[in-house]
Amino acid sequence: MSSVVDNIPGQFEVLDQSLETEMTLSMGPQHPSTHGVLRLDLRLDGELVIKAIPDIGYLHTGMEKLFEYKKYQQGIVITDRMDYLNPLGNNLAYVMAAEKLLQIEIPERAQVIRVLFCELQRIASHMVWLGTSALDLGAMSIFFFCFKEREKILNLIEAASGGRMTPSYFRIGGLMMDLPAGFDRRCKQFSDNFADALNTFETLATGNTIWQSRTQGVGVISREDAIDWGLTGPCLRGSGVELDIRRHNPYTGYETYDFDIPTEPDGDVWGRFRVRMRELYESHKIVRQALERLKPGPIKADAPKVVLPDRDDMRKHMDSLIHHFLIVAEGFNIPAGEVYMPIEGSKGELGVYMKSDGSSKPSRVHVRGPSFINLSALPAMSEGEMIADVVAIIGSLDIVLGEIDR
Amino acid sequence: MANTEALLGLVEKLRGENAAWVSDVREALGEVTVFVPGDSISAVCEYLKHSEGFDLLADICGADLGPEEDPRFEVNYHLFSTIHFNRLRLKVLLSEDAPNVRTVTNVWKTADWHERETFDMFGVVFEGHPDLRRILLPSDFDGHALRKDYPLRGYEPYSMN
Repeated sequence: MSSVVDNIPGQFEVLDQSLETEMTLSMGPQHPSTHGVLRLDLRLDGELVIKAIPDIGYLHTGMEKLFEYKKYQQGIVITDRMDYLNPLGNNLAYVMAAEKLLQIEIPERAQVIRVLFCELQRIASHMVWLGTSALDLGAMSIFFFCFKEREKILNLIEAASGGRMTPSYFRIGGLMMDLPAGFDRRCKQFSDNFADALNTFETLATGNTIWQSRTQGVGVISREDAIDWGLTGPCLRGSGVELDIRRHNPYTGYETYDFDIPTEPDGDVWGRFRVRMRELYESHKIVRQALERLKPGPIKADAPKVVLPDRDDMRKHMDSLIHHFLIVAEGFNIPAGEVYMPIEGSKGELGVYMKSDGSSKPSRVHVRGPSFINLSALPAMSEGEMIADVVAIIGSLDIVLGEIDR
Repeated sequence: MANTEALLGLVEKLRGENAAWVSDVREALGEVTVFVPGDSISAVCEYLKHSEGFDLLADICGADLGPEEDPRFEVNYHLFSTIHFNRLRLKVLLSEDAPNVRTVTNVWKTADWHERETFDMFGVVFEGHPDLRRILLPSDFDGHALRKDYPLRGYEPYSMN
């Protein structure tokens, strides 16, 4: 120990040449900047990263196995716990896969509410990303503004579903229940105030010269490499590829909404930051459009063997009571087949592969988590960078370990 | 996903290129599935990527059809195009005795983690993969957790010691 103390030089100097010594640093799994339980095996030469090996699996809970033992409607609850910052997106991908196998039509109002909530959730997810990735780089105050806005959205989700982080609001065939009275007024209030919040973020982050110099030119991935590494969502658009599942494989009526797909050409941390910031404006735009389209109407599909009946119907009609009992006690069977249902989650392409053997439990559910794939490109982005920039790159990938490990 | 006509035409083209590449085609719910023999998957992917614009590998996932089935395992490749935005599923069927398939890491770098996950969960061996080891489960884990004959709660409580 004493020899180390004796070796401290009298004066610190900046070394720009290789030390020609290799050091291995285990970063995580409890490191605050790894956004959960990610461990990085970093091979360092001084402060330069020679090799980065992500080590994942610390949060593995066997969710894909669990799906096979639960009825279709019980699986929705598991999806909440995957990407816990975007639970409604996970719900949507899962229920849409089941709905596609069942071939049922969802009523207009339920579709609009799904779009509304997915976009609110996307804003909330981006708020956590902006707050925490700025915190990693030492910008502390923006975190509080972000979580203030996120809190408002979580309150809205709680008002509709009863859950803040685990809503399970979307059900196979529609929604859990209709919006509470006065919801659109509260949502509109949030939407009206959000434009001001966006200005605050732009001032605190975009205009901050320290932020700019920490992010520009760091963690560059080219357009070709980004596609080759399978990046999707903001990470891909940050490398200049215009790809958005909402536009290019539209679902839940996204083709009827007016929004732009922001892209940035540089492929660095700054590019991914700008894409997400600009996405906030687009999501805000879609929220406003969805609010205008909210018209009274049914929120559940006309499929009595799949959708739970209204409480009132059960008191009056025997068949509703029987259907309710059967759905709860035995579940419903889904015709044999397989689908891959991709949606644009807040972090990229969130795909659910569902295989049914005709029973009331899926034979296989696989979730293509965007964080999992985006993280696999981390070595390509961080090798040759400084160790402090690895933190910036992890922040710009916007990973959630709950989804990576499943 | 739309445009199944064009995809079925593409499959015919694939057949014309090499008749051994396509063993079966199925179309259901607007999705086209091409059954490919395990040893030619790499060549098919190479062709689809460079000649047909399927440049993004969205997903690879395994599935177990049950210990009594033969072929027992399947590996699904979900291809996507950032040019014409079509999706295509390739499926490789594997028997329990020889669950081996050629790797596609030479075609897409992203296949690395997908194949490691499939190996980890199902024990499917991807020949030619540069670094085929477990990814989610610990390296000394016994068995492959997503196989149908693997019990939900495992064989014994796992200990980190």
